Amino acid sequence: MSDLLEVQDLRIRFPTPGGGVSTPVDGVSLRLARGETLALVGESGSGKSLTALALLRLVPPPGVIDPASRIVLEGVNLLELHGEALRAVRGGRIGLVFQDAMTSLNPVISIGEQVRETVAAHRTLRGKEARERAIALLDEVGMPAASTRYRAYPHELSGGLRQRALIAIALAGEPDVLIADEPTTALDVTVQAQILELLDQLRISRGMAVLLISHDLGLVAGRADRVAVMYAGQIVEEASTSRLFRSPSHPYTRALFGSIPRLDGAVDRLVPIAGAVPLPDAWPAACRFHPRCPEVLARCSVETPPVVPLAPGEMSRCWLLVKGAR
Amino acid sequence: MSALLEVKDLEKRFETGGLFRGPQATVHAVNGVSFDLAPGETLGLVGESGSGKSTVGRVILRLTPASAGSVQFGGADVFALSGGELRAVRRRMQIVFQDPYSSLDPRMRAGSAVAEGLEIHRLLPAGEIPGRVSELFQEVGLDPSFAAKFPHECSGGQRQRIGIARALAVDPSFLVCDEPVSALDVSVQAQVLNLLADLQRRRGIAFLFIAHDLAVVRQLAHRIAVMYFGRIVELAPTETVIRSPLHPYTQALLSAVPEPDPSRQRTRIVLKGEPPKPTAPPQGCPFATRCFHPMKNARCITELPPLRRLGESQVACHYAEFPAVPLATSLLATP
Repeated sequence: MSDLLEVQDLRIRFPTPGGGVSTPVDGVSLRLARGETLALVGESGSGKSLTALALLRLVPPPGVIDPASRIVLEGVNLLELHGEALRAVRGGRIGLVFQDAMTSLNPVISIGEQVRETVAAHRTLRGKEARERAIALLDEVGMPAASTRYRAYPHELSGGLRQRALIAIALAGEPDVLIADEPTTALDVTVQAQILELLDQLRISRGMAVLLISHDLGLVAGRADRVAVMYAGQIVEEASTSRLFRSPSHPYTRALFGSIPRLDGAVDRLVPIAGAVPLPDAWPAACRFHPRCPEVLARCSVETPPVVPLAPGEMSRCWLLVKGAR
Repeated sequence: MSALLEVKDLEKRFETGGLFRGPQATVHAVNGVSFDLAPGETLGLVGESGSGKSTVGRVILRLTPASAGSVQFGGADVFALSGGELRAVRRRMQIVFQDPYSSLDPRMRAGSAVAEGLEIHRLLPAGEIPGRVSELFQEVGLDPSFAAKFPHECSGGQRQRIGIARALAVDPSFLVCDEPVSALDVSVQAQVLNLLADLQRRRGIAFLFIAHDLAVVRQLAHRIAVMYFGRIVELAPTETVIRSPLHPYTQALLSAVPEPDPSRQRTRIVLKGEPPKPTAPPQGCPFATRCFHPMKNARCITELPPLRRLGESQVACHYAEFPAVPLATSLLATP
């Protein structure tokens, strides 16, 4: 399967108040094929949302993407695009669904108009045609009575319907890649399930690739073909979803599973991860997880662990997987 | 065992709208909620946003006045108390909030925040307070040096520990935990859940544990009450709720908890429709607009099902004897 989107060695740098430089995203590589869902999982501060913004060249200043990084969409390096060509990608070939629909929708414009604006910005449709296309999109994302709701303002809709409107806007540019950044975090559990179901249906019906970003391993894993686990600006493990569950190879992934409360089996005491997530201007040396790692080796605090390939498209950044490392 | 806390027919109405804010209306945020709580017991209160679960906690503590109903705490009628008696009861009932960042005073050092309750209730001579504060920090797993820090200098998990230490300072016998871990990272969530479990075991504190996540609630609760639209729709021992839920809403809630393991796909109920508008409550069952029960009929639209006992459970569904998802095919089972 050929890759639709390939991210190679993405680095994002920010100046720190003290005159130094922090690197909240530090060497991230990802591949995304047409029709697949890749989950990017990490805790707050891991760099997952910044990675998503970088794919659209939306890294907030003063952050900069290292010029040696590459984000390649079907052979074109997005970091070399400007003007019209960049606009065609942003919200066009790559669509983005944010977490909080209440703050990302304009409160004083009806949702239908917001979808129509995006349709008009990316396609040659005008007037009545653009309006009809907007209604069709609202209908496609499961907005009940789409032609009536066209005139509804964001505050008149429930959280779930607002999120659907946001997805319709992301679809307006007919994207090949849909990035969904914590698309269900602000929603109730039963509505969460509806939105994830919708994203899955859209991926299948449109043949899109979906990058699903979340802090919740349990939530995304059941929906993704592959999972990339991020910690402190790096991907520490990438695996097919089934392999990740059968045999997580990185101690951080194992620790995450141990700390998630479950509904089945006996109520065991949770095994938390000691300490807290480090901040970008203070990444620990060598392996960034070593201060919290329950399986830490002597060399983990001294030498940076290599990226160990485990299978095609699967890797783990850990000394435990290097023969003779102990 | 005699109850520590008895909540009876609790109601809370809010008036919305008015002069410049649209039409006036009444929202019945809590409607006829009754339960009791034994010393050292945890009742999990589960529901979606707007179900009224947080309001229940606030009304019990008199942080907001009730519209009707009564709360008995250790034999005292909480809503009838005033002055010194109220202060004495308030000392024994404390709350831990969801977001310790907004519930701690940003300009107050952590040590002062924890000491405040001891000073207000004059529990210790001034000279002994710093020593007691150090003990409290250790009890919640923080180094006593944290006493000198401001909230912004602490991580989310540390702030939540400070919030817990502050609640523990006055030696409560009842603690309302209002979504205490939902703002925390997964890896830190488990630390705080374990801490709360230890505190309960050590101090015998009763918890009203309010949360939207059933898997989190299961970790601590002895019994679970499920709220929908201001009412309790199901109340039963924790494992009964998890393994044999009777109300269709509880079943939907359980099936919506994500199953992380892709090899264990289970029955997935995806609810359609929306909850009723809070300002226009339905005459009958509030869940009828989204209910998928095959026996749902006109009676559900016109007649409110009362909370009634059925085996170990209390449930508010006309057809609870015939659960929509038969218990044999548990929602948690691997097909």
